[in-house]
Amino acid sequence: MNLEIGSPLTVGLILFAVIITGALLITVERRLLGFWQERLGPNRVGWFGSLQVVADMIKIFTKEDWIPPFADRFSFVIAPGIIMSVVLLSFAVIPFAPNIGVIDSNIGVLFVLAMASLGAYSVMLGGLSSDNKYALLGSLRAAAQMVSYEVFMGISLLGVVALAGSFNLREIVEAQADGWYIIPQFIGFVIFLIAGVAESHRLPFDIPEAEQEICAGYHTEYSGMKFGMFFVAEYVGLVLISSLITVLFFGGWLGPTFLPPIIWFAIKAFGFIAFFILMRAAVPRPRYDQLMTYGWLFLLPLSLVNLLVTGVIILSTQ
Amino acid sequence: MIMLFYLAAAIAVIATIAVVLQTNIVHGLLYLILSLLAVAVIFYVLGAPFAAVLEAIVYAGAIMVLFLFVIMMLNLGQHTQNQERTWLTPRGWIVPSIMAAVLLGQLLNVISGIDYEIEPTQVGVMEISALLFGPYVLAVELASILLLAGLVAAYHLAKTK
Repeated sequence: MNLEIGSPLTVGLILFAVIITGALLITVERRLLGFWQERLGPNRVGWFGSLQVVADMIKIFTKEDWIPPFADRFSFVIAPGIIMSVVLLSFAVIPFAPNIGVIDSNIGVLFVLAMASLGAYSVMLGGLSSDNKYALLGSLRAAAQMVSYEVFMGISLLGVVALAGSFNLREIVEAQADGWYIIPQFIGFVIFLIAGVAESHRLPFDIPEAEQEICAGYHTEYSGMKFGMFFVAEYVGLVLISSLITVLFFGGWLGPTFLPPIIWFAIKAFGFIAFFILMRAAVPRPRYDQLMTYGWLFLLPLSLVNLLVTGVIILSTQ
Repeated sequence: MIMLFYLAAAIAVIATIAVVLQTNIVHGLLYLILSLLAVAVIFYVLGAPFAAVLEAIVYAGAIMVLFLFVIMMLNLGQHTQNQERTWLTPRGWIVPSIMAAVLLGQLLNVISGIDYEIEPTQVGVMEISALLFGPYVLAVELASILLLAGLVAAYHLAKTK
């Protein structure tokens, strides 16, 4: 099997693997949550509940796909499509292994940030077009949260970019051959981790869809496969954030040679996926104003100081 | 590459016309975002990937999000659409159309003499940064002072509430 960057076979395999991983996570997450919370989780369908995802998919495809008569049809229909496409497009620049990837772009990091910022439209349009007060509240929260955390996400990456001297994710991985960036950029890593969770609005930062306060937030009015797209996009976003952390701070495909590079990548990425799921089980949700204050008054200054110190160290060692 | 340029240019022009014609404000905003993204593609095709991605991050990803944020809070309903319809009368088109036609004529006149073979030179992030913090450092500093003034003003407005 000779895979190379950008060949149709590679692109197809990446797309397939990403979507399948996203869908499988629906089951894996529930099993892992059950394990950590000392209960069983779904274990009836298939071997240890492995076919639960099939049951979920059948359910989601056969549900009525309802568009409320008071909704703005155009925005209502395109909103779930936007989030799914921007999340999948972000995978275009991720280097999975030396020979596996879609494009080798010089603006890789910026491309991911651009796609993340376009993702905000999906939740905003979804909430706005639903014409429902809970949906509107949810999308207001989502918009403010995503726009704010994008800022720290971008600044926390600049330390890595400065160390590697490139926006190209492939070159960033190669620059980590003699030491992963988790050590010099530990603060950047922590900020990126927090901002990444907020950006994909997963628990504990799922304030835009907090069930106890505002039903399901921006996707209250969604059903059937349109809801399914929001749902799967969230999991694909989780895979994306884990892959990005692997690439930027944990040396991507680099590792001892007894395993092929793609396996190293998968192991590291899955470790972070499991960590995010554990966070969901362990950390309570903050209040909305706490989240914003924490971001602007703590994470922003911290990320700027981190960037400044990194810059000074790079300049003084040259 | 040249086909991609014309495609993106056509999308940008059509989307911008749609922004003017659209009476539903949210749809108009979506066309504007489409137009900005098409311009980003044009930048990319012409060999400026950094400008392209900044167009997507800053204009499409930040400024337009704030526009949409404001629209969400204003709660504009059906009556603004009707208002828009009454404002956009055929008579209102006459003068702008004449002026646009004059500009189009000039533009056609100018580009008719140009050799169409574009050979884009790639301008990377490094070159742009070196220019920004070299010859244009004064402009960068002035822009940052302007942003600081905006920040202080926003803080003040939020404080007096």
